[in-house]
Amino acid sequence: MIRVKDLSKDYGEVQAVKSINFEIPRGQIVGFLGANGAGKTTTLQMITGYLIPTGGIVEVDDLNISDHAEEIQKRIGYLPELNPLYGEMIVHDYLSFIADIRGIRGREFREALHRIVDQCGLKSIVHRQISECSKGYRQRIGLAASMIHDPDILILDEPVTGLDPNQIVEIRELIKNLGKKKLVLMSSHILQEIQATVDRIIIIHEGEIVADGTNEELMSSFMGNVLLTMETNLSQDDQIKEMSDSVPAIKIVSSDPIPNGHKIHLEYKREEDPREQIFKYAVNKGWVILSMTPHTAKLEDIFRDLTVTGGNDA
Amino acid sequence: MHNTKSVFLKEIRSFFNSPMAYIFLVIFAVVNGYFFVNTFFLIGQADMRSLFRVVPLVYLFFIPALAMGLIAKEKNTGTMEIIDTLPLKTYEFVIGKFLAAFSLILLGLLATSVHLITLISVGTNVDYGSVISGYLGLALVGGVYASVGIFASSVTDNQVVAFIIGVFLVLIFFLMDWMLIFMPSALAGIIQFLSVNYHLSNISRGVIDSRNLIYFFSLIGFFLYMTVQTLAARKWR
Repeated sequence: MIRVKDLSKDYGEVQAVKSINFEIPRGQIVGFLGANGAGKTTTLQMITGYLIPTGGIVEVDDLNISDHAEEIQKRIGYLPELNPLYGEMIVHDYLSFIADIRGIRGREFREALHRIVDQCGLKSIVHRQISECSKGYRQRIGLAASMIHDPDILILDEPVTGLDPNQIVEIRELIKNLGKKKLVLMSSHILQEIQATVDRIIIIHEGEIVADGTNEELMSSFMGNVLLTMETNLSQDDQIKEMSDSVPAIKIVSSDPIPNGHKIHLEYKREEDPREQIFKYAVNKGWVILSMTPHTAKLEDIFRDLTVTGGNDA
Repeated sequence: MHNTKSVFLKEIRSFFNSPMAYIFLVIFAVVNGYFFVNTFFLIGQADMRSLFRVVPLVYLFFIPALAMGLIAKEKNTGTMEIIDTLPLKTYEFVIGKFLAAFSLILLGLLATSVHLITLISVGTNVDYGSVISGYLGLALVGGVYASVGIFASSVTDNQVVAFIIGVFLVLIFFLMDWMLIFMPSALAGIIQFLSVNYHLSNISRGVIDSRNLIYFFSLIGFFLYMTVQTLAARKWR
């Protein structure tokens, strides 16, 4: 479990992280989302012990990072943002070095290597020099190094950067499988990636957490109203007004004439879905509904909304 | 201890997987060989003293060049973030790096033993005691300069800057002995004691005094300690 309490980090006058709080239990995949410079990498670096916080507490499995950094680092697998690697080293030697520092040697290393090469698809490059590997392979080498000791906690800063769509799907599946037993905290600027992979999203903006919840929680909290586009054979504006009066849950936003009818944009609260009422009303009146399309909010909209104007916890 | 060995082996592998080690060893051998062979053929002087005089001069540029990337490169490429988040103590990392650089210097010195073999084969009467103490002195100076070079490499992420700082610092220790005539007599004793050449000449004469050994080991320890402190301070930035 990771517990972050009143965590802050100042770089001189600049407050990169401003007293943030969150708690992540084991078995949860959490996406850390934020624009560039929002403070997500700084937060991850403080959790891994790379940076010392200006204030606040980081606890991993009830151990405080300031007193038990080494113990915590044994439990964490970390993939840094730019995936730094020793280009001059052979992939096997690099993984052997990381494993050796983590106390995995001899037969245990051979087993770990076999598992990780299989999981990350490194079989064809295991005896190649790292600098000769493609960006996708380099990303997978970084992932392999972070997982060679089969850690309980995985912290991945932009894990799918540089991967092609097939590799992204593979890594996503890998992370999802790992997340069943482990705690995975991953940052990404690819919103679809976060949405497809994680159980919970934390959005950070200018060093503050502006949203924290599941995908659905964020949707219902930040996008209360649903927009519905409806095409009907109604020819008169007053007929539309009549429908609006009879179905109080809806609010007409606009209505535009189309050949043989009208295109109506209307709005309703997510929890008061009036589509059945509209349908029954139309049947009673003998109107024809040609189409009815609800526009649900996307994570992009929420993200843009929060990181431009700020917001509240879900 | 095991972690130090891991860092040491990684570093040695990196040296030999890149042209770094080969360039260092070949040029070190060629430059030293040139000065030795010069006196050997031109003046007809067949002893190891000429070599022992020239190696400290070659060190002045070679060791900072060897050490400049040891930490600066890690900081520059970002691999320091990997190191800092591994369950690895900073001193284990620094000592591992130092031992790797020191081993390469010893390998360089070993290559100069070909001149000793030349002397023996041409029938020169070799004073083995002074040869051994001469090599010991050179090894210790190499150790001091390696620790200075690693410290210089830890204060910046630019290898060229690390090289310049390294050369500057080793030059200070090298030139102290030469500057004594400009120093007030009250300071001269202290400056002389801090000078690398003073202790090297003592050892090279065949006198292995504990004060000289303590000086070299203290200086190595001091610069490695400063390197550890410099790296630890980065986390507070």
